[in-house]
Parts: sequence; structure tokens; C-alpha cells
Amino acid sequence: MTTIILKRLLAAIPVLFGLSIIVFLMIALIPGDPATAILGSFATPENVAALNADLGLDKSLPQQYLAWISGVLQGDFGRSYALNRPVIDEVLERFQATLILAGASLLLASIFGLLAGIVSAVRQFGFADKAITLFVLIGISVPSFWLGLILIFFFAVKIRLFPASGMEAVYGGGGFLDILHHLVLPAVTLAVVATGVIARLTRTAMLEVLRQDFIRTARAKGLSERRVIYVHAFKAALVSVIPVIGIQAGFVLGGAVYIETVFQWPGIGAMLVNAISQRDILLVQGGVLVVAASYVLFNLAADVLQVVIDPRLK
Amino acid sequence: MSETAIASPSEAQKSKARPRRPSAFALLLNNRLAAFGLVVLVLVVASALLAPLLPLADPNATDPANRLAPPLSDGHLLGTDALGRDMLSRLLWGTRVSLAVGLSASVIAAFAGSLIGLIAGYAGGRTDQLLMRFIDLMMAFPYILLALAIVAVLGPGLINALYAIAIVNVPFFARNIRGITVGLARREFVDAARLSGKGPVRIVASEILPNVLPTIVITLSTTVGWMILETAGLSFLGLGAQPPQADLGSMLGEGRKVLFTSPFVSLVPGLMIFLVVLSINLLGDGIRDVLDPRLKAGALAKPSARTAVEKNRRWPETKKDETSDAVLDVKGLETQFRIGRSIHRAVGGVDLSIRPGECLGLIGESGSGKSVTAMSLTGLVPSPPGRITGGKVLFETDDLLAVSDKELRALRGGAVSYVFQDPLATLHPLFPVGDQIAEAIRAHQPLDRSEARAKVLDLMRQVRIPNPEARMEAYPHELSGGLRQRISIAMALANDPKLIIADEPTTALDVTVQAQVLKLLDGLRRERGTAVLFITHDFGVVSEIADRVAVMYAGRIVETGPTAEVMANPAHPYTRMLIDCVPVMGEPERRLDAIPGRPPPVDDLPDGCAFADRCPRAAADCRSGDIAMRDIRGRIEARCLHPLSPGDALRGAA
Ligand code: SF4
Repeated sequence: MTTIILKRLLAAIPVLFGLSIIVFLMIALIPGDPATAILGSFATPENVAALNADLGLDKSLPQQYLAWISGVLQGDFGRSYALNRPVIDEVLERFQATLILAGASLLLASIFGLLAGIVSAVRQFGFADKAITLFVLIGISVPSFWLGLILIFFFAVKIRLFPASGMEAVYGGGGFLDILHHLVLPAVTLAVVATGVIARLTRTAMLEVLRQDFIRTARAKGLSERRVIYVHAFKAALVSVIPVIGIQAGFVLGGAVYIETVFQWPGIGAMLVNAISQRDILLVQGGVLVVAASYVLFNLAADVLQVVIDPRLK
Repeated sequence: MSETAIASPSEAQKSKARPRRPSAFALLLNNRLAAFGLVVLVLVVASALLAPLLPLADPNATDPANRLAPPLSDGHLLGTDALGRDMLSRLLWGTRVSLAVGLSASVIAAFAGSLIGLIAGYAGGRTDQLLMRFIDLMMAFPYILLALAIVAVLGPGLINALYAIAIVNVPFFARNIRGITVGLARREFVDAARLSGKGPVRIVASEILPNVLPTIVITLSTTVGWMILETAGLSFLGLGAQPPQADLGSMLGEGRKVLFTSPFVSLVPGLMIFLVVLSINLLGDGIRDVLDPRLKAGALAKPSARTAVEKNRRWPETKKDETSDAVLDVKGLETQFRIGRSIHRAVGGVDLSIRPGECLGLIGESGSGKSVTAMSLTGLVPSPPGRITGGKVLFETDDLLAVSDKELRALRGGAVSYVFQDPLATLHPLFPVGDQIAEAIRAHQPLDRSEARAKVLDLMRQVRIPNPEARMEAYPHELSGGLRQRISIAMALANDPKLIIADEPTTALDVTVQAQVLKLLDGLRRERGTAVLFITHDFGVVSEIADRVAVMYAGRIVETGPTAEVMANPAHPYTRMLIDCVPVMGEPERRLDAIPGRPPPVDDLPDGCAFADRCPRAAADCRSGDIAMRDIRGRIEARCLHPLSPGDALRGAA
């Protein structure tokens, strides 16, 4: 078990390295003079010179990368000029909120997507299957940022069941229940697309597995239909659905950008949008790197989980 | 299903479907959802294209006095926004922008991605590796995040958003196209083009591109919707269209500011995005089904837990009372597969009976219906497409086709158990074998875990598995073929069955292991007095284990009798041929497929004897009427008008 995890971690290192290069190149690829772009119209020549020295832009690219990555590895992502604080502090603070939101969404999407997919397969062509197929179709076509607005209008403005924005109540908030209360709408909105995708793939995977010889064996043993479907078929189907859940983690982390903006959730997505508008490139750089790295880890977890379920993959 | 009887009807079906294949467009329109998507999309695109010609208000003319007028108010069908601009006009102009941006992004992504895919796939080697590494790296980023990073570099703006969305979609095209190209680059017609001196650019353009076009279209159909959605999304975030320019996303972003008081300002543009994306996705699903039918959602029908049985099935009345003591007595069993409009009579009226402790060998070529017969007995034939249309399966006194689901479940794996052909496919790959045996026990006996474990070990010892304590933790793929089949046998013995149905249990094994497993089965059934229905295509195997044999051809029994008698003096020409196929030491090339010709297709059986086309003794009278089973020399029954007598040569008779 530990060896599997270690192996996958080792395999993830080149990916992380590649990611870091792309993220690093963001600065170099800025059209024109990066320092002027970052500092914007308030740039004085002294500021530009200072930032240039800070970024080490006078050195060669490999040297710049080495300097940058050794800083990153020590938690030094540079300074946000707009916020006037170290990038790492802001990113880590925001990332917690994103993890709560994305984690809750992925959990919702996995539970409901798997359930819907199984029901859909078992009741193939029946009413439940058609209803679920329709939901999937709508789910993967609806703009999540619009759905969020509709849910806010209905649940926050009309019936006042859930708060419209933020993560904690302004006064006396911050407890688990308070965050949960704030979490419901954004998490549900963010989960819709992923639920649809997972449901669709689970349905296909279940239908494929149900035709396998080992399912016939399970029936020939005299097992109950419940056991055949929920134990034998589901476990086999899960093997092909887990990587999909891993990929959905990426869509959820990315989609959080919209949802955090709509619900003013203080996460990294909303931070990135603001940072881009303010051309706070170093903050964007740090944020993108952290989210991308966490996505790699999500996929790694999915990989390991898959091996745990399917010993043939060892 | 190991038996080709399942595969062959679908092949026959394919060849039948070919001549009347409608055009791709007609197929698309046949799909109601896809047609609906197409209609909606055409309407939206048309109204967006015609926006300049329609009698619309100026989309940018502000009118503060009339701000946030509700829909259906005077002169403003969809109301006005926070600056008093006409929503309908803005909606159509915004749709124009959104469609233009989304489609441009799609074209760029398709072009760049396909190019990368073609180059990587065709060039192979280091070029391929390098390009695909880079593509993988792009995919290691969460989708929208990479687009954000690109916008961050280029700066906010509609055109930059377009580039960003195009770039993040490049990998989907590159991967799909490369996959197809790699396969194509090794094909003969490409080699031929290469030999004729064409350069790589011309080969890719003239030989490969036409073949990857469907894949490009499929990828496009799945990504266009996203691209429109995501460009709108970037505008919504304020990173795309900048005022006064407006697309659907930026309209939604502005509407959000007055959400609480005038929700329709957000509702309208969002609804339009939804409609566009939905119709594209519906159309895309339809296109995919047409171009790549394998992926079609409905193509995989879910098999039911039990074969469907026709309500008013019939069975022949017993003529003699020879089978009263039988443990299994099958009368006139008929199983069909209904695929499309054709009906395949896989089993066309089979009678079998097995006495307690007896081993009956059911033998025939693949496709003869022997496996389907075996599966039909306890309803294990998948429905759809399978259906039992006639006959009776008497097990002791119960008709297995009529018992309740609950009773059937109690019998399956209880009094009647199975051993299947390929234990690697028939054992569950993800559970340890010990657990699978224990599960079989606990489905029928109220044992707790430790009792079940003891029983598992005992069973594993009975089937001579060395070191059972360690082996019970193993997964099927960790065991050898022989051990796996022993596990299957242990599972079949778990609840002291009265009847074991063994469907080609030794076929997947190599010869020495085959002999061991055969010996084991034979020993066990004699010790325990278990009846066995042993299905095989190999007379060599039958002669070692079966007391009696039944030979099956094209869904019916054509000869039955005591093994020794049938082996020595078969009456039916087909039986003779099967026996001649048994490999003789030193002549390994004599195999079953040595019988010339093929069995007739079971959806189109000829009149008269089904074997006539392959039979050297066939005469005119063989080709009409139903040929009944007849007693021959008192001990054998055969379905033949000109049976062989002992010593008859097969050829040159009649
Ligand atoms: S009935 Fe005629 S065709 Fe059929 S096996 Fe006998 S001899 Fe051959």
C-alpha cells in the first residue's frame, strides 16, 4: 500500500515539475515589459526597476527559474502588490475556503452521480432512467454561474432559506453549522455538472459490467439481485468511474472560479478573478500553481483508490 | 457468454442491416432529441444572423427614464436593463457575439489540436513523445484555471478570452486525433502512398486526414458547447467582453448587479446560453451516435436477472415413462434470441434427461445451442435478447421455468450449480477467491463467518488445492488456470448440489491440466453421487467422463445414447464426423473445424434436416418435413433418415 503511494508520488514529480515550468513562464510570456504590466499605470521608473530586480528579469530564463522555484519550495511566491502581503499567505488562506467548497461539491457529485447512474442502469429505459437522463442533459448544459444566480434569487431572496453570499455570517458566524448553511447553495450549484457527468458514465459502466460473465456467475450462485447489482456489479463499475471522479475534481476546482464569484465565497477562484483584473500576476501565478498542484494530488488519490479496489492494477 | 451463439446472431443482424442503411442525416433526424437540438440551434443562429435586419431598437441606446422595465412592457418585449437598453435587441446582438467567439475558438482549437495530433501520430518517435508530453501537461491543469492563467498573461478582453478557451481545448483534439492517426500511419494504403514517393505532407492530407475527419467532427461536437459556455463564463467574470462590447456572458454579469430587484435581466441572457449549449449537446450526441454507433447509449441493453419466459409456452406430452426417476427432465425446450426483426432459434426443442449420479455429455460445435441450453435451465440467458418460448424444465418435481424468483434463487447454486468455461472471466476479478466461495455458501446456509471459512477451507481441500489458507486470500488473476477452475468447482460443490452443469469446464485449460480437472470432477461426482450435465465440443473429453451422450446440431439433439455405443457405432453422420475430429496422438492438426461447411444460421433454418448441406449421405428426402428422433438398434436414438450402420463408411453411401 505505502509502496503504491510512494510510486505514484514519484511518478507525479515530473508532472509537478512541468506544471511549475508552465506557471513560471507566465511572467516571461507577458507581452511587453512584465514589470510595467504588473505595476500598471502607477508604475514609476524606480518601481519598475525594483520589481525587475525582484523578479530577476535581467538574468537568463533557466537562472530565473532556479531562483523562482527555490523560493517556491521554501514557500516564497513573491509579494502581491495590490494586497501588499506575501502571495503565499493570501493563497493559503483562500485555498482553505476553496477546498471546503470543492470537497463538498465533489462529495455531493460522487454520491448522487453514482446513485443516479446505478438507478438509471438498473431501470434502463424506465421512468427513472428517462428522468435521470434528462437531468444529466440539463446538468451538463446549464451555465453554472447562471444556475447560481437563479438559486440565489429563489432560495436566498424569495424564501430566504439560505444566505446569498459569503462563507460565514458577519456577526457571530464561523461555526461549523454556519459554514454549512452558507455552503449549501454554492456546493450544490458547483456539483451539478460533475453529478451529470459521473451519472452518465456510471450508467454506461454498470450496463457494461452487467453483461460480464462474472455477473452471470453471481446469479448462478443464487445471490439476491440486490447483492448482484450493489456489490458485484457496482464494485466492478467503480473501477472505471473513479478516474472520472478524479478528472471531475479538476472541473470542480476550475468551476469554483465562477461559483466563488457568484456567491462571494472567499476562495482562491474569486481571488484569481480579482487578481487578473488588477494585473496582480504574482498572485495569479501562486494561486494557479497551488490549485494545479492540488489537482495533481486529487488525481493521485484517485489512482491509489483505483488500485485499492482493483488488485489487478498493482 | 463463451458460446458464439450469442455473437453469431448479432453478426447475422449486422449483415442484414447493411443493405437498407439510411443516410447519416436521415439517421440524425430520426433521433428526436438531436432533431430538436438542430431546430433550436437553427432558430437561434438564424435570429442572431438576422439581427441587423430585424426591426430592433439600438442595443446600445440608453434610456434612463425607462430603466429596468419588466418584460412585455410597451415597446420592450423582454424589458430593459439597468441603463434602459432594450433587452431583446441586446440579447440577439449578444448572441451574435457569443456564437462568433465560441465558434471561432472551436475552429482554432480544432485546427491547432488536429494539426498537433496528426504530426505526433504520423511522425511518431521523439516528436510524438515531446508533443504528447506537453499536451498531457496542459491537461494536468484544471480546465478553466489554465484559461484564467492565459487571460492573466494576455490581459482581459474578448479576443484574449477567445484565445484562452481555444488553447485549453487543443488537448482534446490533439489526443483523439493522434490516437486515430497512429493506427492509420501503419496501414497498408499509407505504406503504399509512401512507396509511391509521396511526401509526408501529401500523405497526411490525402490519405490520413479524410479518415480522421469523423473523429474531428465528434470531438468538435462535444467541445463546441463548452467553448461557448466558457467564453461566456469569462465575460461573466469580467475577463472577456469589455463594455461597451457585450456578449451573453457580460450581459449576465451586468444583470447580476440588479438580481434582487429585476431578476429577468439575468434570467434572459442565461437562458439563451443554456438553450444554445443544450441544443448543441443534443445535436452532438446525435452526431456521435451516427458516426460512432458503438458508443450509443441504448446499445447496451441491461440483461434481466432471469430469462424471460413466454406465458403460453407449450411442451410435448411425455410419450414413454422412461424418465420418472430423473433428477432433471427437459422437454421441448425452445430458446430464441430476438435481435431487431430477426428471430434466432438457438434452441429449437431439446429433450434431455439425467438420472441421479449420472453424467450426460452434451456435445456439439460452437453455435449448436448447447451452452444456451445449459443457461436456459436456470434462466441465465440474458433477456433481452433471449427468451424461452417453449418447453419444460423439470428438476425433481419443479418446473424451473415456472417457479418463483425466490425459489429459483434458492435452487441456483444450491441444488443446481454451474461450472463455467473460463474461470478468469467468470470469477469476480475484484474479490479474493475464498470470499467468493464463502459467499456461495452463505447465500444458502445460515453460517457465520468462521464457520463459512472452515467450510471454504474444507471445500478447497476437496478439490485438492494445495495450501488453501494462503490461496483463499488470492485474487483470481493471481492463480493458474487450473487452480482457478478448481475454485469454480469448489464453489459449485459448496451446497451439495444434486446437479452440476459444467459448461466446457476444461476448454480454457492446457492439456495436462485438463486431464487433472476432468479426473477431479469425475471422482467427486462418483463419491457424492452428483448428476452432471457436461457440455463440450470434444468427443475425447466426453468419452472420459460421460455415461451417456447427446449430440446437438443447430439447436436440436440429433443423436443420443450410451457413450460407448455412440462412440463405437454412431448412427448420425454428424456424430461420426465429430468423433473423427478427436485429435489422435501424432496428428494434432485434426481439429473440430475439420468438418467442412458451417452450421446453418439459426434465424433461417432449412426445411428438412439441418445437416443436409454438409452431409455426404444426404438424399432428396432429407430436405423436406420434420425429421423425428428414431430408435436405432434399440439403444441409440438419432434424427436421421439414412443412419449409419456399424461398419458403414461415411462417404459414398446412399
Ligand atoms: S437426414 Fe439425411 S441429410 Fe440429415 S444427416 Fe441423415 S442422411 Fe444426412
